[in-house]
Amino acid sequence: MDTSIKVLVVDDFATMRRILKNILKQLGFKNLVEADDGTTAWDILEDQDIDLVLADWNMPKMTGLELLKKVRASEKYAKVPFLMVTAEAQKQNVIEAVQAGVSNYVVKPFTAEAISEKLEKILK
Amino acid sequence: MDVTLVNPFINATINVLETMAFIEVTAGKPYLKTDLVAIGDITGLMGLTGVANGTVAVTFQSECILAVVSNMFGEKMDEINSEIIDAVGELTNMISGQARRELEEIGRSFKAAIPSVVSGPKHSITHYTDGPRIAIPFYTSSGDFTIEVCFEK
Repeated sequence: MDTSIKVLVVDDFATMRRILKNILKQLGFKNLVEADDGTTAWDILEDQDIDLVLADWNMPKMTGLELLKKVRASEKYAKVPFLMVTAEAQKQNVIEAVQAGVSNYVVKPFTAEAISEKLEKILK
Repeated sequence: MDVTLVNPFINATINVLETMAFIEVTAGKPYLKTDLVAIGDITGLMGLTGVANGTVAVTFQSECILAVVSNMFGEKMDEINSEIIDAVGELTNMISGQARRELEEIGRSFKAAIPSVVSGPKHSITHYTDGPRIAIPFYTSSGDFTIEVCFEK
């Protein structure tokens, strides 16, 4: 797993961004940026070159699903690995995310091992 | 109140705290709560709509939530501040999500509002419906917390 890549962490709760960044740092990722909603995340995606996105689902302004659809519709990020990290894991949510092109899905609460395993899969 | 609505919130709370904060939790005996005053010092409140309408609150003693968030961050937290308030919101969000998944599996779908957080000694917990308030105490080695579940009659 290439840990030199640039990772965008998107969640409206600072707590979750902190937990995810701690896990990513433990895994060796150093190049981390964060956003507290989908709109800010999209601005960062446009301004910078992001190699991996970890995003929550329920956020103000633009949800994680809306962000995913926007990302997949763009030429620049059509194939960027996109991991949804969310408490929304009812069947319909998972189906919608898969249809929108999510790379993988982690359900909150999660362990550091669960994040690591999913990243290994989508960054192969 | 339909008790099948209560158990998923108990299971979710235990699982969220054990998974995210590595804290062992023991559930006490549920009881009917008759006043609005919170047992804890900080409370996360989630509104639910669906097969029934109601609210679920998780209220932590200061000592307990400081231990929980310290474990989540891997860093000692000493006071109730904006970081703790944010963490209670996210914990409530995770509990709501997991409980709703369990409820969906038994054919009872709910939607949840974004959680709110209230803090301060003896603050009030305002449930959105006038149904009975069931309180379930939980014990940890670092203080206690209580879940309140209230669904419409």
